[in-house]
Formats: sequence, C-alpha cells, structure tokens
Amino acid sequence: MTDTNARQLAAEVIRISGADPKKCMKCGKCTATCPAFEEMDYHPHQFVDLVDKGQVEKLMNAKGIWTCLSCFACLERCPRMVEPARLIEAVRVAVIRQQGMNHLKPQDIPELLDENLPQQAITSAFRKYAK
Amino acid sequence: MQVTNEFKPTIVAFCCNWCSYAGADLSGTNRLSYPANVKIIRVPCSCRVNPMFILRAFQRGADGVILCGCHPGDCHYTTGNYYTRRRMTLLFSMLDYLGIEKERTRVEWVSAAEGAKFAATMNEFVETVTKLGENKRLEDLRCKN
Amino acid sequence: MQRIGVFVCWCGTNIAATVDVEAVAEALSHEPGVVYSTNYQYMCSQAGQDMIRDAIREYQLGGIVICSCSPRMHETTFRKTAERAGLNPYMVEIANIREQCSWIHKDKATGTEKAIILGRAAIAKVHLNAPLIAGESPVTKRALVIGGGIAGIQTALDIADAGFPVDIVEKKPTIGGKMAQIDKTFPTLDCAACILTPKMVDAAQNENIRILSYSEVESVKGFVGNFHVTIRRKARYVKEDVCTGCGLCTEKCPQKKVPNEFNLGLDNRRAIYIPFAQAVPKVATIDPGYCTMLKTGKCGVCAKVCTAGAIDYKQQDTFLEEEYGAIVVATGFNPIKLDRYEEYAYAQSPDVVTSLEFERLMNAAGPTGGTLLRPSDGQHPHTLVFVQCVGSRETRDCGKPYCSKICCMYTAKHAMLCREKYPDTEVYVFYIDVRTPGKNFDEFYRRAVEEYGVHYIKGMVGKVIPEGGKLKVQAADLLSNEQLHIDADMVILAAAIEPDESARSLATMLTASMDTNDFFTEAHPKLRPVESPTAGIFLSGVCQGPKDIPETVAQAGAAASKVIGLLVKDKLTCNPCVAEADELMCNGCSSCEKVCPYGAITYQDKEFRGPNRTTLLRRVAQVNPAVCQGCGACTVACPSGAMDLKGFSTSQIMAEVDAICK
Repeated sequence: MTDTNARQLAAEVIRISGADPKKCMKCGKCTATCPAFEEMDYHPHQFVDLVDKGQVEKLMNAKGIWTCLSCFACLERCPRMVEPARLIEAVRVAVIRQQGMNHLKPQDIPELLDENLPQQAITSAFRKYAK
Repeated sequence: MQVTNEFKPTIVAFCCNWCSYAGADLSGTNRLSYPANVKIIRVPCSCRVNPMFILRAFQRGADGVILCGCHPGDCHYTTGNYYTRRRMTLLFSMLDYLGIEKERTRVEWVSAAEGAKFAATMNEFVETVTKLGENKRLEDLRCKN
Repeated sequence: MQRIGVFVCWCGTNIAATVDVEAVAEALSHEPGVVYSTNYQYMCSQAGQDMIRDAIREYQLGGIVICSCSPRMHETTFRKTAERAGLNPYMVEIANIREQCSWIHKDKATGTEKAIILGRAAIAKVHLNAPLIAGESPVTKRALVIGGGIAGIQTALDIADAGFPVDIVEKKPTIGGKMAQIDKTFPTLDCAACILTPKMVDAAQNENIRILSYSEVESVKGFVGNFHVTIRRKARYVKEDVCTGCGLCTEKCPQKKVPNEFNLGLDNRRAIYIPFAQAVPKVATIDPGYCTMLKTGKCGVCAKVCTAGAIDYKQQDTFLEEEYGAIVVATGFNPIKLDRYEEYAYAQSPDVVTSLEFERLMNAAGPTGGTLLRPSDGQHPHTLVFVQCVGSRETRDCGKPYCSKICCMYTAKHAMLCREKYPDTEVYVFYIDVRTPGKNFDEFYRRAVEEYGVHYIKGMVGKVIPEGGKLKVQAADLLSNEQLHIDADMVILAAAIEPDESARSLATMLTASMDTNDFFTEAHPKLRPVESPTAGIFLSGVCQGPKDIPETVAQAGAAASKVIGLLVKDKLTCNPCVAEADELMCNGCSSCEKVCPYGAITYQDKEFRGPNRTTLLRRVAQVNPAVCQGCGACTVACPSGAMDLKGFSTSQIMAEVDAICK
C-alpha cells in the first residue's frame, strides 16, 4: 500500500469512527482498563497510535478487532475523550466493507450461543457482526 | 511601463495604539515601504472602531478599509479584539450583501513586533483593492466636490 | 473655531529628505482655523519647544498640530510643552509623518502629498479636541488580603513590613491554609509546619496585621484606592479576646463524633475544637452543626469547664464595615472531589486515599501519629500504588483540562518518604509524563528512582477493585506493552486541584475576571502576572493558577510590592481619556455594562424634567473615571450613541476619516 493510500485509509477510519486520535495524550488508561487485554494482539492504545500514524493496514489484519468485546470501558474512562472503542469498530467496519470479509456469518451466531453468555455480549456481538 | 492614468485607491487603516500602531511605526523604523495610499488612524483599541466609521469611510470615497488590532489573547484591554472580531464579521457580511466586495474590508492582527507583517499586509491589501478598482457602491455623491 | 498652530518638523533629514516640509507647512496654513504654520529642524529640541511655547502665547493658539515622529515617541514631550505655555495638554495632536510617511516612501512628491493629508486629519481632529483634566482620587492606606494560607500570610507580612495596615480575612477558624496540613515540602524535605508556623506567629504579632479568622467577605463596593468592604464575622460562640486557648473544653466536650476536617475526616474531633495545636488565633470554636447545647439547649459542659468564661452560646454573626485602598485575592485551592471516579474505588474503600489525605497519614501530628497505617484495619501496608493525573489534563466533565503542576513532585516525595521510612514496602508510581521543571526538581525525582527504588511505570491505572482486604489494581505498562495486575494495600490518587469554591462569587463581587476553570485572570499573562485587570485587585497564589510553595511565596511578595506601590501614593491620577455617558441620550439598557472588562460602568436612577412640570425617574449609565481604562468597547456597544470616549470621540475619528477620504 502506498503512503497516500494508507493516509486515505486512516482518514476514512477516523471519519467512520467520529473519534479524534490527535487528542490522545498517551496515558494508556484504555489498555489499563481493557478486560480483553489477554485476547488482543494489538491493544486499545496501539489502535489510537497506529491510526494516528496512518498504519491502519496492520490493524486490519489484527486479531484484536474481532476479540475486542466492545464493552466501551476504554471509551468511558479515557480522560481525553478519544474513544478508542470507536476506532477499533471503525477498523472492523473498514474490513467488513470489503466484500465477504466478515469474520463470522450472522446466521452462524445462534449456534455459538450458550446459556452462560451474558446478554451484553450477545448484543455487542450483533453490533459487531451485523453491519 | 508607465501608466499615466493609474488608479490609486484610498485606504483607511485603523490601528490600535498598543500593538498595530506600534507595528506600523516599526515598519517605518525598518524602512519597509508600503504604498502611500494607506492612511492610518490611531484608536486606543480595535474595539473602539464603530462600524459607523467604516461606513463613513466608504461613503466619503474610501476604496478599502483595514482594521488592525492585537493578536487574540494579547489585547491590552484583555477582551477588546474579541469584540472587534465579532462585530466586524457581522459588518463585513452586511457590506458584502450591499455589494461592497469582501476583499475591500479586512481585520488583521499585527503585534508591535510585526513591522514586516504590517508592511506585507498593506502591500497585499492595496494590490487587492487596486485590482478591484474604484468603490462606487456606498459613495455619497453629495460629498464629492 | 479653534485658533490652530501647525509645526512641521524636519527631524534633521529624517523627514526633510522625502517630505518637502516647507510645502507641507504652506499647504496646511490654508486649512480652516490655522493661524500660524511653520517648520523647524528639530521640534523636540529646546529651541523647537521654545518656538512652540512662544507661538502659543503670541497667537493665542487654542490647539496645536505637530507634524513629526510617532506620538508614541514625543506626544508626552509636546503635551508638556503646551502645558508650560498655558495650553491644555490634550489640545495637542501629532501627525506621524516620520515612521508612517517619510521613512517608508522614497518619492518626495508622494511623501509630501501624504504628509499634507496626515496633517489635515490631525487639524480636523484638533478642532474637536476639548481640554481634559486628569482627575484625582484619594487612596485609603490600608490593604485587605482575602485568604490566610501561605500566599495571604506572605503578602500581608510584606505589606505590613512596608508600614501599611493589613487585614487578613480567613473563612476557617485559623490561618495556615493547605500548607499547614502538609507533612514535608519538596525538594528539600523540610517540615512544612516548621517553616510555616513561625510565619503564622509573625503575622499574629505584627502590629500592622489584623487577622479576621472565621470571617468572610460579604460585599465589595467602590474602586481602586477606595474599596468599601463588608466582612461577616461568623459567630464562633467563644469570645475571641477572652479565650486563652488552653484546650480544656476540647477535651471535655461530650460530642466526640465530629469528622475532623483538618485531618480530612480521617479521625474525629469534638463539637468545640481548635483545628490544630499551632492554630493562629489559638481560640476554640463551637461547631453549631454538632453542638448539643446549641441544638437542644441541654449540655453546657464547655461553659462549665472554661475558667476564663469565654463561652457565649448567644453570640451572633456580626458585620464589619471597612475601607481599603487595595485588595489581594489569595483564596487558594482544594483537591477535586473524586466521587465520579468509580474506577478507582475511592468511595468504596478507605484504603484508596487522596494525596492530601496521605500527607495527614504520614504527618506526626496526624491521625496515626506519623506511622503509616491502612485506614481500613490499621495494618502496615506493604504495597503502595500511586496514580498521577487523576482528574488533571482531562477533558471529561469530571476532570480538569489543565496540568495541576504540583502532583509529580509531591508524588515523588511521598514515594521517597515511604521507601525511606519503610524499606519493606514496594512502591509503584503510574505516570503519563513526569513534569519536574524547577530548581533541583528533576534531581529529586531521579533520586526517588535511583536511590530509593521507587518503581516508575509509564502508564495509567485502569481500575481498582477492593477484594479480600486487598486492592486489585489493573494497570497498563506502555513501555513493555503489558497489562499489570498488582495486589496493593493502599492506592494513593494525585487528585487535580481546583480553585476554592468561594472564588467565583468573590470574582463577581470584585468585578475581577476569571477563566473557564475559575482561576483569576491576570492583567497581562507575561508582564502583569499579579494584577487583576480590575484596578486595585491583586492576585496571590493558586487562585491565579496552579503553583507550588516557592512560586506562591514569590508571587505573594510580588503582589505585596504592587500593593505597596499603590498605597504609597496619596492620590491616584486618572487617565482623562475615559468613556463618558450622555445622560440625556442613555436609555439604561446595560449594553455598555456587559462589555466593560473593568466593571467601570454602573447605573443610577436619576430624576429628569419631563413635560408639564413632571419629574421622570430614569436609569442612566455612569462611568467611574478612576476605573475606566479608555478602551472604547462600550462606545460601540451603545445602541443610542450615548457613550463616547474623551480624546477619541466619535466626532473626532469621523473628522479624521473625512479628512483622509477627501
């Protein structure tokens, strides 16, 4: 990917998210508060950092966009209102918008559900996968 | 090439006493020239400039009016230039509506240290207004000799 | 029509080289009202000034125009010349034909033409000049300091040393402020009480200082040099002049369960109390919210044990009316409330404390006698986690967008003291940036890391969960890109600081301006840092912005020197170029009052003659010439054109515009 394309992609992700990575003061509270830390290869603060640097391609191939719980803890606790969760979601949307790139088919989801899964996880799963 | 009938616009510049007037003095001290069409009127603060003064200038045949004050946040009277900014935004859009081109009016922040900026601004402004030609919209013909 | 004299200066060749001075003088002599016009080599020289003086006398000139260098250069010189010749100094106008004409133009014809126009504009203006007389107002030689912390104490001491009487108004029962609660001070680690309490005693013993503790400013009227202040002296139910401060009542009072605010509620005090042992004035105060006698009328133990007979349950609030020449604001700060930070479990666990609470826990006069114990179970803590920037640099509603400035240093101090006193502890500090710009500050922080083995971790704490007597801390270590889980015994939060809640209402009373964070704004951010834009109001300490003790003391001294500079004057000369309202045209709409940055405009109901011998009562604007600085914002805001600025009146500027556009 050329530098210009990468820049455009980053701008698109920022536009979709409505978040502003420039506001970040690099405190890392998003990563500190993240309950899915162990499951993610790239962590919330890295999403903010890499989008800001225009390196969205790395994030599009990351496991983290699918393992993020969309619990919005990072967004809620960010002191600068950067909203990392929205950036992660935007990267995910950028992936899904490429035809057939959905990580999970919506029709497969009911099978994967079990009784112990909290309601919030189901809601967020649909929010994630049903674009 | 010498043009015999060259148009020389009349420009009125209002300068606040603390920043811009001092900036104008500095461009003089540094011998930075700008056209003689620019005549400066000293006011204590840019917020002293009543929209009426600008209308009057156009009525009396000025071709352009520029208003210079301290940079936002640096006003000697703390908030004066903020008032100016708001008032002039309104006035200029009204003048534009009346057919006085936007380029004939301007607000510029010039500090006491920016002699070069003052001269550059004036050169550029005079050039813009010269291109626009004579202002006839608001001119009061009764004032003409 | 004025009889006007025109004086064109050559300024050697500075003007004469590009402006034909003789032609200018000639052309201007034909202007209306000009009775005398001349040119001379150096108008500002003694000979030039004598020439002006003689011409004023000989031709009975009513106004003069000097075509010379910038008014910023010699306006004052020529005004003095006019005054010496018996002409009002404000009847002088300068046409700037050097900086704004001869120096920027190379062509003599152009320069001459422009100089003539500039001269005409000045003549048009001087026709409309009116003689102005600088007013004078007397100065009350006494200062008021609002707030009795280190800032207020230092300012009061410095003013008092110069021989002026000062009153300190403190809303708490004792002076001392936040510094009295602090254990040690960075970067020298000397004990705060050891350096503060002597100053408190100095203040109490200084015959020029009067301490009005347990008092608040109720209203402020007047202006620079002449403030009229009403002070509410809250009833303390103890006669201040009789109480000896023996403290017997504070031991015998049966109401034992009152949260002790001096120790931030970490222990209890009685309903009658002296905040701390070195309090000044050392006088007991009854807390009316808890005193059984005041609430139910049944008790009276303190009155019985008081051998001096100082207790007076019937005391009422009294009001003191005083005159002051200058007011210093030193209202200080408070740590922000942390209720909304549920992630740090501040409300859930007593072992999560603010840094100020930690100061009390480390202080020998504190609730634990200086031994660091967990508030929940009184056990010795082994793992301590410090969190910086709690609420600072935060754009969310619950935080503050600014850096609180002092937290990096006091956290380093706390961490260091912890490791020094208790080498068995593990101390973690989570930071975003460590900011140590100050003399010996960075060395101090590095000592905490290198000599005391404090673990500084770049990252933030995400949550704190109280579980099984421990605090489970989940945090990020950004340098190793890891999430850390620490079982801590105590978590210490470096809460942001905010201006005292009294500041905003005080600012309204003083017509002093504030920024969006409720810090008082200074008259100029660089050059006038201790003065408020409102004349006669000065700023000292954190009320103007976050600062540490040395900076506060420096600013306190600076504010005092400004106050002294004001109080040594017998009279204040006012700038006569101020706004003035035409009462007949004013419709009392308050537009001008709202734009005035100095609060110089007030309204008065005045009687006017109406038709048929009736009297009308109308609200009209009045400008206080001692407060007005002459910016002219009000003149434009006035919808009826009643407001005008002397020296730069609407008609004068219009005349200039006309002359230029001819």
